Amino acid sequence: MDLKPMTTKERLAIPRQPMPAQDPKERIRNFREVHLGYTPELAQREAMRCIQCKDPACIKGCPVNIKIDKFIKLIAEGDFLGAVRKIKEDNILPAICGRVCPQEDQCEKVCILEKKHESVAIGNLERFVADYERETGNVELPEILPATGKRIAVIGSGPAGLSCANDLARLGHSVTVYEALHQLGGVLMYGIPEFRLPKDIVQAEIDGLKQIGVEFVTNTVVGRSVTIDELMEEEHFDAVFIGVGAGLPWFMGIPGENLLGVYSANEFLTRVNLMKAYDFPQSDTPVFDCRDKNVAVFGGGNTAMDAVRTAKRLGAEHAYIVYRRSEAEMPARKEEIDHAKNEGIEFLLLMNPIAFIGNEQQWLTGVKCIRMELGEADESGRRKPVPVKDSEFLLPIDMAVISIGNGSNPLIKQTTPEIEVSRRDTIVVDINSMATSKENVYAGGDIVTGGATVILAMGAGRTAAKAIHEKLAGQAPDFDNE
Amino acid sequence: MNNIVSAIFLAENIKKIEIHAPRIAKKRKAGQFVMIRVSEHGERIPLTIAGSDPEKGTVTLIVQGMGKSTRELNLKKEGESIHDIVGPLGTPSHIENFGTAVSIGGGVGTAIAYPTAVALKEAGNHVITINGARTKELVILENEMKAVSDEAYITTDDGSYGFHGFVTQKLQELIDSGKTINYVLAIGPIPMMKAVAEVTRPYGIPTVVSLNPVMVDGTGMCGGCRVTIDNEIRFACVDGPEFDAHKVDFKNLSDRNRMYLEEEQQSVEAFSHKCQLGQQK
Repeated sequence: MDLKPMTTKERLAIPRQPMPAQDPKERIRNFREVHLGYTPELAQREAMRCIQCKDPACIKGCPVNIKIDKFIKLIAEGDFLGAVRKIKEDNILPAICGRVCPQEDQCEKVCILEKKHESVAIGNLERFVADYERETGNVELPEILPATGKRIAVIGSGPAGLSCANDLARLGHSVTVYEALHQLGGVLMYGIPEFRLPKDIVQAEIDGLKQIGVEFVTNTVVGRSVTIDELMEEEHFDAVFIGVGAGLPWFMGIPGENLLGVYSANEFLTRVNLMKAYDFPQSDTPVFDCRDKNVAVFGGGNTAMDAVRTAKRLGAEHAYIVYRRSEAEMPARKEEIDHAKNEGIEFLLLMNPIAFIGNEQQWLTGVKCIRMELGEADESGRRKPVPVKDSEFLLPIDMAVISIGNGSNPLIKQTTPEIEVSRRDTIVVDINSMATSKENVYAGGDIVTGGATVILAMGAGRTAAKAIHEKLAGQAPDFDNE
Repeated sequence: MNNIVSAIFLAENIKKIEIHAPRIAKKRKAGQFVMIRVSEHGERIPLTIAGSDPEKGTVTLIVQGMGKSTRELNLKKEGESIHDIVGPLGTPSHIENFGTAVSIGGGVGTAIAYPTAVALKEAGNHVITINGARTKELVILENEMKAVSDEAYITTDDGSYGFHGFVTQKLQELIDSGKTINYVLAIGPIPMMKAVAEVTRPYGIPTVVSLNPVMVDGTGMCGGCRVTIDNEIRFACVDGPEFDAHKVDFKNLSDRNRMYLEEEQQSVEAFSHKCQLGQQK
């Protein structure tokens, strides 16, 4: 390394280093990850762009306040392992967050460089050092504090549950994670596709938690197999964290939604990701055969992008996004929208479905849509779409995926009524501690916020872990419960 | 992995399998189901729980080999294991003392009608059971049904045993005899459940059916098991599986259950072929 410090001018002269990616023509024929990751050279050059602000806005832009300036400095100096360890002081899952965080709305959005130059590629750098650590076999087991004798049950093994379990285990608590499905990882496994988040990365993170003593129990639906009261009273858990994620998908309430070939995004993605339906019949679970068919996905979020790009990879001839507003209002990350466009996804914007049409055998054959235009701003601040009179038309499709969000899972509410829920059935918590209305029960992630992001769920899991630790630390250890 | 404690055939292609699953055995109530995965690459399939032994920590499933997964399950023997089982899922049967309650099981549906008949009996009902099958050899749980019934009837489509005819004819006969019936539960093939709903509808007899849509997770996440009840979307895995028979859109259910017919056939053929090869070894 050049020991002479670079001037700010020199740093600003370096352009943002693009992320190498699979060619779109190639990648629509496989499920492998789109991004290939920085090389050490690219990462170092990108890190040198950071001008090391005195009061870095990026840290405040990060939901878990990663010391971004410091880890980037370490990368610039070539200390990749030092950098990843710096990140891990605040974020335990950098390989995942580096991939799925909406950095352009968080840390990168407020980067001082963003106005005149492009922001530093913070997400790409985070991802690079996390991958470097794993791929070079340098993942270090964190220091574990002496056992406290306290037992905590974590419900759900998605991002909220994993981060909560990690922090509590490192603080010396005994943690058991309960998962309803047969596989651990929650939405990281069943929801987000391989091409955006390789499953072996999620698996490696889970293995890391097992190594620090976190116990995992699959095939257990809390609320059915066991209730929260039973966990606390009969199985002597001192505290419970609920991170069960989002619940049943919303449908649109238009005619024909039960036709054959109409899916929710949750079902379509679960069949393909969790149940590996792309590998039918080697895998027993089937999914609609998209080959040479026309597929429309309704919605404009990241899940809609995941679904439509999955359909394309399964061989769809036309894969459409049908969205009732314009691209500017789409909640999906810009990067996902760009990837989708490069892959030949067709965007039908300002269009709203009115009815699904089927044949005599009840298979979907098309969707009747109406064109929309943007009117006044609504409560969300986005301009409200209003139908254009006499603009109905029929879009011929063979498969539809509805991706307009999820409700809340009703099981906890049904079986633990003293936990207060909102009108939308999300769990009500104190945002400083994530404590619910029930003593020693905490909650975080989508079950609290409604559909949100992986990083927010992780942040909530960590906030809860801290609060649980503080609460339990005030109590004498009770090893006899072990 | 969950151990199979016992596995015996009750009739051709219908097997009673007792699986070690202590939490489920302790919690399950009549009307609830489990999701199982027979092997590592298996589907998640819903199966209603036929019974349990909380002391032994076992649940009992009664399974008819239909698709690939159920056939594979039916090949399992005592001492072997299944890859995954999760439950109990779904809302338990609504049980109260209705007065006179008729529990109707058609074919392997009897396995599901049975535990609810037990619960109805325990709640103090006068329990009438109608146990229907295509032919004598396919009648299952005859003694068990009899033991919980104040009146027990068997019907066979071909008249080889019991009443010659369908369960609906027997039910109509009971109604025509002037008996007051306060509650009917019908579990079996979709056409049977639909026919029972039509028999009781004119009399306004509260009638409940247990629906069997295709499921993936079975825990209230994917929405694949949606059924149309009173023209509204409901989810069999959390809102059901039992619903008011007079409000169920049976046509929509049977249509949706045809979704993967081709793939199912493909799987079954491949599986049968594999089994034959295995036998030739």
